[in-house]
This record gives sequence, C-alpha cells and structure tokens, in this order.
Amino acid sequence: MMAEIAAAPKNVKFIITRQDDQQSTPYVEEFSLPYRPGMNVISALMEIQRNPVNAMGDHTVPVCWDSNCLEEVCGACSMVINGKPRQACAALIDNLEQPVRIEPMKTFPVVRDLVIDRTRMFNALKKVKAWIPIDGTYDLGPGPRMPEKKRQWAYELSKCMTCGVCLEACPNVNEKTNFIGPAAISQVRLFNAHPTGEMNSDDRLEALMEDGGIDGCGNSQNCVRACPKGIPLTTSIAEINKQTTKHMFKRWLGV
Amino acid sequence: MRGFYSRKIHSLLGVIPLGGFFLEHMLTNFSAVEGGPSGFNDSVLWLNSLPLVFFLELFGIWLPLLYHGVFGLYIAYQSKPNLNRYNLERNWRYTLQRVTGIITFIFVVWHVFETRFQVALGNVKHEELGGVMHDIVTQPLLLAFYTIGIISASFHFANGLWSFLISWGVTVGPRAQKVSSFLCLGLFVLVTFMFLISLVTFRDSEFQSAAAIAQTLKAMI
Ligand code: HEM
Ligand code: SF4
Ligand code: FES
Repeated sequence: MMAEIAAAPKNVKFIITRQDDQQSTPYVEEFSLPYRPGMNVISALMEIQRNPVNAMGDHTVPVCWDSNCLEEVCGACSMVINGKPRQACAALIDNLEQPVRIEPMKTFPVVRDLVIDRTRMFNALKKVKAWIPIDGTYDLGPGPRMPEKKRQWAYELSKCMTCGVCLEACPNVNEKTNFIGPAAISQVRLFNAHPTGEMNSDDRLEALMEDGGIDGCGNSQNCVRACPKGIPLTTSIAEINKQTTKHMFKRWLGV
Repeated sequence: MRGFYSRKIHSLLGVIPLGGFFLEHMLTNFSAVEGGPSGFNDSVLWLNSLPLVFFLELFGIWLPLLYHGVFGLYIAYQSKPNLNRYNLERNWRYTLQRVTGIITFIFVVWHVFETRFQVALGNVKHEELGGVMHDIVTQPLLLAFYTIGIISASFHFANGLWSFLISWGVTVGPRAQKVSSFLCLGLFVLVTFMFLISLVTFRDSEFQSAAAIAQTLKAMI
C-alpha cells in the first residue's frame, strides 16, 4: 500500500510548437508523460517517439528533433525551452518550470517541428575563412609557437559548437538584417590570434567589413549572457571592432 | 555605400560633431542660469559671430543631424527588441538607445522649428530666443514635452558614447566596458541636470521682460 502511494505516477506536461514542413503554419500540441528521475527534454522527445500519443489521448505523428552528442558539445539540439534558446540534451526536467514549453529557434528556417536549418552559420564560417590554411604541395615545416597565455583564452573561443543560441538571442539578427551574428565574429578573433592563422587575418577582417558584417552589432550584449559555452562574445566583438577599424585606416593610408 | 563604412560614419557623426554640439548647446543654455537674459544673449551672439557660421552650422549640425537621424531611424526599424526574453540591463540600454533616438528625432524637429527655423524665416531675431523659450516653457504641456526630449537626448548621447567606445574598439574587455558604463551614466546625469536647470530658468519672468522689450523695440522700428 505505502509503496504504491510513493510510486504514484507523476506526469510532466509538455507544450510543443510543431510544424509539418517549411511552408506550413505552426500549431501547438500538448503531451503528458510519466515522470522519470533524471529525464531531460531529449529523453522526453524519445518517449513521445516510442509512444506517440498526445495529452488528449489521440494517436499523433511523433515530434521531430535534431540531436547528436547528447552532452552539449555538438550544438544540434538547440531549441527554445520555456522561452530561452538552449540545448535540449542539457535541459533537465527537474530544473524546468512545468508545463515545459518547447519551440524551434525561429531565427533559422524551421525544417519540421523542432528541427531547424543552421546552414547560414556554416556559410558564415566559410565566408570569414574560419580555418588555418596549411595545405601545400610540400611540407611547410612547423609553424610558430603560440604563447601559453594566449592559448588559454583562445581555447575558450574554440569551444563554440555553432549551436545558434547567440543568433537567436540577438535583437539584430532577424528578417530585416543580414547580420552575420556573434559566433562567426568570435571565430575570426580565434583564428586571427593563432600565429599561423594570423597570416590570413586581413582576409577575415575584410569578410567582416562586407555587407552583413560586424557593423550589424548594436551592443545589446545578450549573446554573451546566452552562450552555453560561456564564450566571451562581447570581448571578441569589441576586439574585432578594433581590428577592423585599424584595418580600415591602414587601407586608406596604404600602410 | 557599403554597410561597414556608412555605419562607421553614422557612429562617428554621433560623437563628432553632434555630441560636441550637444555639449556646446548645454553650455550656451547654462549661461542663462549664470548670467540671466543678457548672459544668454551674449552666448547666442558670440556663437553667431563665429567665422563662416553658415558653413559651421551646415557641416557641423544640419548635415550630420540629417544623416545620423535618418540612418538612425532605419537602424531602429531594423531592430527586433526582445526584452521579454532577455530582461537584462545592457539589453534595456540597447532598446532605450533606439527608443530615445526616435524621441530625440521628433523633439529635435519640433524644437528646431520653434527656434532656429523661425529665425531663418525672419519671424524671430537671435536676441529674442530667450523670450521664445520663456513662452514655451511656461506652458505645462510643452514643459513636459521639453523635459522628456531633454532626458531622451541626454540618455541617447551618453549611452551612445558608451557604445561608440565599443564600436571603435576602445573599450574591449568586460572591466573597461563596466567602467565606461559608470562614466557614461555620470555624464547622463550631469548633462540632464544642466539642461533641466536651464529649462527651468527660462521660466523666470526676467526672460519675459526681455522678450517684451524686444517686441516693443521691433514695434517701434
Ligand atoms: C535625430 C535623431 C536621432 C536618431 C533617430 C538617432 C538614432 C540612433 C541609433 C538608432 C543609434 C544606435 C546605433 C547602434 O548602436 O547600432 C544611435 C547611436 C548614436 N547616436 Fe544617435 N540618433 C539621433 C540623434 C543623435 C544626436 C543628436 C546625437 C548627439 C548628441 C546622437 C549621438 C549618438 C551616438 C554617440 C551614438 C553611438 C554610436 C555608436 O554606437 O557607434 N544621436 N543613434
Ligand atoms: S558562440 Fe556560444 S551561443 Fe554562439 S554558436 Fe557558439 S556556442 Fe553557441
Ligand atoms: S545533442 Fe549535442 S548539444 Fe545537445
């Protein structure tokens, strides 16, 4: 008797914004799932996949989502949970207010339900050349060494997982602008700080001085508060403001 | 023009010359507090005695104001405020920078129409501006409108300076940006205070008599 009362099933309510494809209008569907210790938003979505029945008891199509690593390093599972963009795999139900409201990050094209298309972020990385070109037809030998102190802060920047949360948090990333967003700007700082990457720093700065570049920042500074990796995005933006400003004057003066 | 350069110009014009003129305007007005109608008049006349004053006004005020103001409205239009999601101090300042920009735009158009534009039309002489201001700020509704305009413009200038320092890469780290926040907050309070004292001073009846004397002089001539 006692044991039965203690184990009385507790339910968790989910309110999920769904969308059948890129063109169709979003709608809301509610789910009520049995509570399990340690459950998170991804495990809840898996539960719906196993037993696709909504809160009304009707059979429905399982909710689609995206995820890979399940440990907050790949950035694939970003969605808006209780009003804040974050990683679903790191969103423990125990720490969330209920009912749990889940929506896709609408700053990006919604592919289906909670699946979004982050192509613009990868295009941004290509645009700013967020890599270090070392391939050649012969061995170039070892590059210059990186000072340890610099390596330490550069490592923090390298933690970016292109999750898109900083773009979702930014009031200047929207349909009316083509602002590239904080993540790519911070990557320019990372690769410009690298002793070998520095050799191509002008290319990266010039990419950010094109349309949709760093001038789109309006200093709301939401990004630095929203980034799940604690990347000092506003320091990166200010530093790249400094580098692009210097580059602008150098180009004018022909130095 | 490419976005980067047009934005850099917008940012620069906000401080030089517009921010500079704003502070100069503050000091001119404050001469009404220190020297009464004659002190204020002396300041106005001194300004108008500057060499090439027409070009100073054109390139130091009108054109920069037009560019910064109109482009600023466009920047404000492009923003999608999200205070409901991020109820944070910096996000508030970002949003207020845009809101105060719009208020400042309306206020400046109104204020210029009432003062400088009337001088240009020949309806008012420079020496009569103290009296014009007196007539404006003795009406409660206009006094309230001017007070809001002043607070908005002062916030926009001071917080704009904070964001200018970031946009040009002067304040890079979090500590620098925090210190500059406090300095700009201090500037906001100081500038608002100075403008508001001057505004209240224009309510003084001695500005009315100055206006009346000017009127009679005009009538006599
Ligand atoms: C006339 C109407 C005005 C409008 C609509 C307007 C609009 C704006 C907007 C939207 C911004 C934000 C730019 C950004 O952060 O990305 C801005 C910045 C700024 N404004 Fe204005 N503004 C106006 C007048 C003024 C005046 C009169 C001053 C000088 C007292 C001024 C000084 C500044 C400064 C210093 C900045 C910061 C520039 C930067 O962030 O780099 N503005 N303005
Ligand atoms: S900077 Fe942070 S919030 Fe932005 S994409 Fe990278 S990890 Fe995500
Ligand atoms: S699944 Fe990789 S971050 Fe959540």
